[in-house]
Amino acid sequence: MGAASRLKDAGLAALVGAALAFPLIGFHTSDTSVGFTTRFPWVAIAAAAVFVGRLLLGLVPPRFRLHQFGRRTTAIPHGKLVKLAAGALIVFAVLLPVLPIGSRESIDLATLALIYVILGWGLNVVVGLAGLLDLGYVAFYAVGAYSFALAVQWFGLSFWEMLPLSGMTAAMAGILLGIPVLRLRGDYLAIVTLGFGEMVRIVLNNWTAVTGGPNGIGDIPRPSVFGMPIAAGTPAGVTTFNHFFGIDYDPIQRLIWLYYVALAVALAINWFSLRVRRLPVGRAWEALREDEIACRALGLNPTMIKLSAFATGAMTGGFAGVLFAARAGFISPESFNFQESATVLSIVVLGGMGSQLGVALAAVILATLPEFGREFAQYRMLLFGAAMVAIMIWRPRGIFTVRAPSVRLDET
Amino acid sequence: MKREPLLAVERLSMRFGGVLAVDDVSFTAYQREITAIIGPNGAGKTTVFNCLTGFYRPSAGHLVLAQDDKEFRLERLKGHRIAREAGVARTFQNVRLFAGMTVLENLIIAQHVALTRASFYNIGGLLGLKSHRDAERAAIERAREWLDLIDLTARADEVAGNLPYGDQRRLEIVRAMCTGPRLLCVDEPAAGLNPHESADLARFLVSIRDRYGIGILLIEHDMSVVMGISDHVVVLNYGRKVADGAASDVRRDPAVIAAYLGEEENA
Amino acid sequence: MGYFLQQLVNGLTLGAIYALIAIGYTMVYGIVGMINFAHGEIFMIGAFISLISFVVLGVLGVTWIPLALLLVLLIAMALTAVYGWAVERIAYRPLRGSFRLAPLISAIGMSIFLQNYVLLVQGAHEKTLPPVINGGFELMQQGGFAVSISWLQLIIVGVTLFLMVVFTAVIQLTPLGRAQRATEQDMTMAALLGIDVNRTISLTFVIGAALAAVAGTMVTLQYGVIDFFIGFLAGIKAFTAAVLGGIGSLPGAVLGGFLIGMIESFWSGYFPSEYKDVAVYAVLILVLMFRPTGLLGRAEIEKV
Repeated sequence: MGAASRLKDAGLAALVGAALAFPLIGFHTSDTSVGFTTRFPWVAIAAAAVFVGRLLLGLVPPRFRLHQFGRRTTAIPHGKLVKLAAGALIVFAVLLPVLPIGSRESIDLATLALIYVILGWGLNVVVGLAGLLDLGYVAFYAVGAYSFALAVQWFGLSFWEMLPLSGMTAAMAGILLGIPVLRLRGDYLAIVTLGFGEMVRIVLNNWTAVTGGPNGIGDIPRPSVFGMPIAAGTPAGVTTFNHFFGIDYDPIQRLIWLYYVALAVALAINWFSLRVRRLPVGRAWEALREDEIACRALGLNPTMIKLSAFATGAMTGGFAGVLFAARAGFISPESFNFQESATVLSIVVLGGMGSQLGVALAAVILATLPEFGREFAQYRMLLFGAAMVAIMIWRPRGIFTVRAPSVRLDET
Repeated sequence: MKREPLLAVERLSMRFGGVLAVDDVSFTAYQREITAIIGPNGAGKTTVFNCLTGFYRPSAGHLVLAQDDKEFRLERLKGHRIAREAGVARTFQNVRLFAGMTVLENLIIAQHVALTRASFYNIGGLLGLKSHRDAERAAIERAREWLDLIDLTARADEVAGNLPYGDQRRLEIVRAMCTGPRLLCVDEPAAGLNPHESADLARFLVSIRDRYGIGILLIEHDMSVVMGISDHVVVLNYGRKVADGAASDVRRDPAVIAAYLGEEENA
Repeated sequence: MGYFLQQLVNGLTLGAIYALIAIGYTMVYGIVGMINFAHGEIFMIGAFISLISFVVLGVLGVTWIPLALLLVLLIAMALTAVYGWAVERIAYRPLRGSFRLAPLISAIGMSIFLQNYVLLVQGAHEKTLPPVINGGFELMQQGGFAVSISWLQLIIVGVTLFLMVVFTAVIQLTPLGRAQRATEQDMTMAALLGIDVNRTISLTFVIGAALAAVAGTMVTLQYGVIDFFIGFLAGIKAFTAAVLGGIGSLPGAVLGGFLIGMIESFWSGYFPSEYKDVAVYAVLILVLMFRPTGLLGRAEIEKV
């Protein structure tokens, strides 16, 4: 492309940019629509940005441009690097509370990051491995959280009792929501699961008698240390952790304990995910993603494969929900909207669908991003959306991923 | 040696809306034989395959697979169960490998049913039980044997989508064989292959027939392959059976010649 | 009875709006086989542009309503069409050969991006517009209940039907329409026959966006209040309408639109209205489970 045609191309793009920016950026009406202000300089800036951007894009060598769809990455030279990175991360995570940056806020934030990591790994099974685009994942998150909260309210059960039970409940929800979508292909599956997520949220918001409606449910307990709650004083009939070990009560202890519980759950799920990928069911998930028709022709039952993927992903989401409820002590339907589903989806997409480490890194980054500046929070979702489009065009398999086969001939 | 019937296609018909793609077709495929289904384009060959392998539900007729006192009504079995229980495996016109997974993985997935059972529906695998580990090892061995047969052992850990076309075709056939089928249905295996590769493929199919004694059903346009290796040929035209017999007989049948030449006249 | 009739009138109006949006979904699905997840946001953008246009025109002194309405429609359709075009060029065209999930995820990303873009540049608060087109007339009195239709409601339904007739004529009778139908049936073949496939697809998106802009304008006029989130809900419902009517079928989209409008209207008239969205989602799920081709669609045979 010659320089002149490049400039013309960029000029046209800038024109389009101006047309796009003109109505929505150029004008700003007051909320009651009695008048408006103009922001034309910004329109000019937008057009200029498009102009420059288009020019720059044209200068990128073809090698880095559109992802070559035909090419597929082969198994790893990166194996050792991945293991090293993962190991370093785990060591850092374990040591966090004793490091200088281990303050109340950072431990709490780290717990939230762990929750998103768990969510990411859960959705990774459904979207990344099995290739089923679930846009209503937040429903299982909600089932986990609400089943925990309600069990505490109605039956007085504790965190440890409900962790497995909520997981089971969420898994059953996964199967229930999976059944209607069995025969749906990609697009339809996505929108129906989106509908499910919304239905769950609407029910949670309106079934006030059971779920407390928009007011939510509070008084959700933190996990105890093997039956001994972390508390001050000596409540009747209960040995507190502090009393047992003779340590003075400090609120940060609860935070640290919850953090380690979350870390333990995350590591367990990590072990499980890595393991399950090498089992027949995990391979079947990936085969389903590759070609469902070939699966059928080999005797694999797509129904079972899909339901197992949904159940596993849902169960993981349920665990995350329990941790979320315990962390906040209070839950309401507001936390379980489509934006959450979209956030978890972008974690999986950006981290690399199917990649364990990639998803974890993406989750940590996305969870901690809002903390690095208030303005960031505003732009967070905007960037997510743009990043998802960019990733699909540039690197559909994610930023970090290289696929490791589940079995190698040279291992035997 | 007495011919043992393996698959009996009885009055098979398949209708799509107003179109009768397969019209009252009957034939028998035998054990240890290669049966070829040939005919001009649009004759209904792949439709027959799709009925046999559970992708279409026949509008009428019976598909009876019988072996060792076991009988399967294919027209009543749901898609995946035909491969799983009746032991009918197939390849596709446009190769359908798991392109993003490795060559070895493709073959291991083909043994999914046996592996799942051996690992107690994956629980055993999770717990690392011996039965699971043994089954995996056996599956890998089996895959290795097949890979040796088609000379792909060196590329076992490569991504299947990167293989050259001819290798992909053979891999697909081998993958179907890894399910341990009674009947292997091969859909235009020589499509896109040069004469040398076609001849290799033909030999390969014959070797499978001889080593494993299964029945092979073959759709093919390449007449050198068909005439060279088929024990039995069925000819379809406009959805109806036009001829049925040994390759040498069918080749001389005037109805068959008319079906092909007639098409050529219109072309 | 009067109450029932009123719900019917309201339902038809709502349905017309859904129908306009649904046409965009169904046309895009027909030609490129994907759900344009960002289409709901295009509708929302259309609504915003129309509101802004009304305000600006009002301040500039254009007060004669028919002229203002015409201008707003043209402006909204034109500018929203540019958005529709840009979305296709940026997020979908590069992915045409890619794996199954790629355009889908890209569409979702686009949808999130557009929503938050409007949120950022226009604010999170809802915007109101004082009623522009007022008045109507009373149809009848039934059981003490006055059934009335507003001029606006008549305009909405009228415009929708008019546009539907125009576009059906375009699709059936013009070269553009033929190119569209050809590309829908077999993209490769159409290209080989000399049809500019890229242009045809772009035009499909542009038309869909323009129609969504009309819907957006109608919503601004009818309800007088919009915010950045209306595209999400309207998008799902309009998509449900397209599926109900039979995806790929233009008359199906319109039929589906009216049906969904009426379902929603009757539900909120007789049942707890907080759950009216659940009713529509349920329709979507039931249709996809039991009659995926919808009312007017053609059955798709799985090609192996």
